[in-house]
Amino acid sequence: MSKPKIFLCRCEDVTVDEFTAAFREGFTELESLKRYTGVGTGFCQGKGCLCEATGELARLRELEPGDIRLTTIRPPSEPLTFSQLATLQVPDPAADPEETP
Amino acid sequence: MIPMSTGPVPATADAVVVGGGINGLTTAYELSKQGVKNIVVLEKNYIGAGSTGRCGGGIRQQWTTEENIRLAQESVRMYENMSAELGYQVFFRQGGYLMVTEDESHLTSMREAVTLQNRCDVPTEFLQPEDCRRIVPDLDVSAIKGATFCPRDGTAYPFAVVWGYARACHRRNIAIHIRTAVEDIECDDGRVRAVVTDRGTIATPLVVNCAGPWARTLAAKVGIELPNRQERHEIMVSESLKPFLGPMVISISNGIYFSQSMRGEIVGGIGDPAEPHWTAPEQFDTRSQLRFAVRFAKALLAYYPKAGGVRLMRQWAGMYDVTPDHRPILGGVPGLEGYFHICGFSGHGFMLGPMTGKRMAKHVVTGERDDIIESLSLDRFANGDTVADAFVVG
Repeated sequence: MSKPKIFLCRCEDVTVDEFTAAFREGFTELESLKRYTGVGTGFCQGKGCLCEATGELARLRELEPGDIRLTTIRPPSEPLTFSQLATLQVPDPAADPEETP
Repeated sequence: MIPMSTGPVPATADAVVVGGGINGLTTAYELSKQGVKNIVVLEKNYIGAGSTGRCGGGIRQQWTTEENIRLAQESVRMYENMSAELGYQVFFRQGGYLMVTEDESHLTSMREAVTLQNRCDVPTEFLQPEDCRRIVPDLDVSAIKGATFCPRDGTAYPFAVVWGYARACHRRNIAIHIRTAVEDIECDDGRVRAVVTDRGTIATPLVVNCAGPWARTLAAKVGIELPNRQERHEIMVSESLKPFLGPMVISISNGIYFSQSMRGEIVGGIGDPAEPHWTAPEQFDTRSQLRFAVRFAKALLAYYPKAGGVRLMRQWAGMYDVTPDHRPILGGVPGLEGYFHICGFSGHGFMLGPMTGKRMAKHVVTGERDDIIESLSLDRFANGDTVADAFVVG
């Protein structure tokens, strides 16, 4: 009698039903859906769910997936600890703008 | 339901608010409560996409000028009641603000600030370095020379606040148009007449410029040159942890701030003196830099060594709209009826916005004088009547 839960985002436990409910609330863009449902904000940072979320939103909006605006990809590409980051040296952009990472 | 239109704009409106962030939405909501009927909010991107959605979400009353203290104090009262007012959970949490310094020379002004804040009924106290560990047990206080703590300061989730206001605006029949950019503001006879957008023209007698980092460019369309400069500020979020950090910790000496969100993440940023100042949107570069992540990690671990094993998940950047005295620009301009500024918050729009929106709506509709709005008018720069707040951080 109950529908099986289909997980869209496995890091943050966002189900397809929750994603759809958020869409019906008025969150019709991936950027807003990410912030409202948490989709794509876990350890994989969207690598495991951004395609699926895009496909699901395309279906809800009756568009092609290629017409869905993607979220901005944020660094780092893999989560890094503060200790790892603190060991790095970065140049001062004022000293040499060419070397700004 | 938060309906946001991407269709054509209406042909007429009683008021047009430019900007779909904290200032635009609170102003539209408060104008409606003051009795203004057909209100349109124009947002060129999505709700909260500008500075609001990129900010750290901090709300503090610890300032060194009375206007800032009073505005922030009134805003805190609004935040305390905001979830109930809007019928929407905005995740406001009063864990306090712990402001620390490593610079002996700050201590006098910090003690004076406590006295001024206490006179305004803000319950800030001055702390010796060791006392900070009462508030944050694992804080490394070895470099800290002194601190101030106000338990009534706090944080909220910026997106929840703009969604809550957007929903409340919808209930009051305010039309929110997203993905709609302003191309021009038409004036004649010293009056605002219409706003031209990429989705049509709206005839209106009232325009409020709440465009944040784009306010300068918008003002130029009516011939006003704002002294505002725009700066990139970067921020990051960590993985979620169990609750361990009560307050926002903020350093007046090196500009780092960090707090724990109600989702458990460490949210924080650090100012960078090497960042350039911009004046035109073509210059705005909100790409993230490794330099920020490294500087933040070093500063965080100096104050909180236990966070070494915590992972940084994401970093992003937003724009500050900075005025010469780091205080907002509020009110109208002589010679142009129907045009008003609510901009120049210099990184503090989220904490002051609810109150400035409320005061400005009342001032615009009733024409009543407001001493705070007068002290924050654009004229002050021409008249040399500026008082900078010493506690600008980030």
